Amino acid sequence: MLVLGIESSCDETGIALYDTDTGLLAHRLHSQIAMHTEYGGVVPELASRDHIRRVLPLTETCLAEAGKAIADVDAIAYTEGPGLAGALLVGASVANALGFALQKPVVGVHHLEGHLLSPLLAEPAPQFPFIALLVSGGHTQLMAVRGIGQYELLGETVDDAAGEAFDKSAKLLGLSYPGGPQVSKLADTGDATRFKLPRPMLHSGDLDFSFSGLKTAVLNLVKKEQQEDGTLDDATRADVCAAFQEAIVDVLTRKCLAALKQTGMKRLVIAGGVGANRQLRAGLDDAAKRRRFEVFYPPLALCTDNGAMIAFAGAMRLKYAAADYQFGVKPRWDLASLPAA
Amino acid sequence: MHSAHDTAFTPFLADEAETLSMGGQLAAALVPGMVIFLEGDLGAGKTTLTRGILRGLGFTGRVKSPTYTLVEPYTVSNLYLYHFDLYRFSDPSEWEDAGFRDYFNRDSVCLIEWADKAEGLLPAPDWLIRLEPEADGRRLHLTALTQNGTQCLARLAR
Repeated sequence: MLVLGIESSCDETGIALYDTDTGLLAHRLHSQIAMHTEYGGVVPELASRDHIRRVLPLTETCLAEAGKAIADVDAIAYTEGPGLAGALLVGASVANALGFALQKPVVGVHHLEGHLLSPLLAEPAPQFPFIALLVSGGHTQLMAVRGIGQYELLGETVDDAAGEAFDKSAKLLGLSYPGGPQVSKLADTGDATRFKLPRPMLHSGDLDFSFSGLKTAVLNLVKKEQQEDGTLDDATRADVCAAFQEAIVDVLTRKCLAALKQTGMKRLVIAGGVGANRQLRAGLDDAAKRRRFEVFYPPLALCTDNGAMIAFAGAMRLKYAAADYQFGVKPRWDLASLPAA
Repeated sequence: MHSAHDTAFTPFLADEAETLSMGGQLAAALVPGMVIFLEGDLGAGKTTLTRGILRGLGFTGRVKSPTYTLVEPYTVSNLYLYHFDLYRFSDPSEWEDAGFRDYFNRDSVCLIEWADKAEGLLPAPDWLIRLEPEADGRRLHLTALTQNGTQCLARLAR
C-alpha cells in the first residue's frame, strides 16, 4: 500500500510517500522559517496561504522522486488536528479532494501520534514500550508509548513550552526569530555559573513542567544587568543564555529520568525541534551511560513537523480510512481519545 | 472602594499569588459577551492573570500560553472563554483570515493579548487591563470603556 501523507497543522508544509512494504520513499518539507524571519515570528495567515501554494508542488516533487504516479497512491493521510484551524483545513481539503478524484480512502491523523511514531521510521528504531519527550515551540510533554494507539500522558507543561521559552527569552535578550538556536549558540561561549536561574517544578513530585517563570526570571535578570542604553554587553548576554539553557536542560533531563524510573522503562525517545539542542543531548547521553538506558534521537527532519510521520501514522491506521470524503478538522484533540490501531 | 460610576481600578499586585487572586476577583464580575484587552510586556503576568480568572470561573485544568496556538478555548459552566494571543500576527487582516470573528458572541468572554496586532478590526473592549511592572510586583490598570464594562466594574466593589 502506497500512502501519501500531508502535514499542514502549523508552520511547515510536509508531504511524504510511505510504502507499507518498502518504507519511506520520499519526503519533502517546506519550512516557512525563512519567510517568517522578516516578520519576527511565525505568521499564521501567511502560513496557511503558503500551505495552499506549496502542497501540490511538494506532492509532485515527492511522486517524481519516488518514481510514482498520483494514480499509484492507495490511500491518503492528512493531519486532522490539533493545530491552527485554517492551516489544518488546507491539508484536509486537499487530501479529500485528491481521494475523491482518485476514488481512494482517506484517513485523518493526530499530529502528536505522528510525532510519537516518527522514531519508528529511523534506524535503529526503538522497540515498544518507550518514554517519549516531545519538546518543541508548541509542546513539552512526556508520554509512555506502549504500542500504536496506546499513549499515556505522564506530564506536560502547565504554561509555556520549552521552545517557546527559548524564543521569548531570545526576544528579551534582543535576538531575532527564531531565537532558540541563537540562544544555544551564545550559551556555548557563556559562563553558566555567573547567574543562577530557577528550575521550575523540579521538585514538584510529578512529571509536569513550567517555563513561564523562567522567562520572567530572564526578564528580571536582563533589567538588572542592562547598561544605560538598555542593552546587555556581549559577555553578559552569553552568560544569561548559558544559565538559561542550563536551567531548561537540567529540568528536561531530570524529568526524563523520573519518567523512566516511574515506569520502569529502559528506552527514551526525544522528538521535537528542541531535541536538536546539543547540551540536552550531551546531558541525556551522559545519564544514559550512567543509568543504563537507551536514548534515541530521530534525525532532525523527522523531529520537526513533517509529512513522513503523517504518512506512517496513516499507514498504521488504514483500517480507519474511509471513502465518504466528509471531513472536518480538530484544532483541539486529546491524544488519549485515540483508539488502539 | 468604588462607586457605580468609577471607570478605573488600579490595584498593586505584589506577587504571583496576588495576581492569581485578583484574577479570581475579576472573574466574579464578568458577564457573558464581554471583550477584554489584556496589555503588558513579555513576562508582565498576563497568562497568570488569565489563569486566575479561569480558576475563579471554576476551571481546574491547565491554562497554557496561547502564543503558539493563537487561541485557547475553555468551557466553564455556561460560558465559553476564549484566550487569544495575537503576538505572532504581523498584519491586522490575519484576524479576518483566521476566522476569529466567529468566536465573539453573547455566550463568550473573549480575552485578548496583543490586541493592537489586529487594530481596527476587533470589537470595542468593555475592559482594558494593563499590567505594568512596579517595584518588585505589578500594577494592574483596569479601565472600563463601555457602559457594560462600567457596570461589571461596579460589581467588583461589592
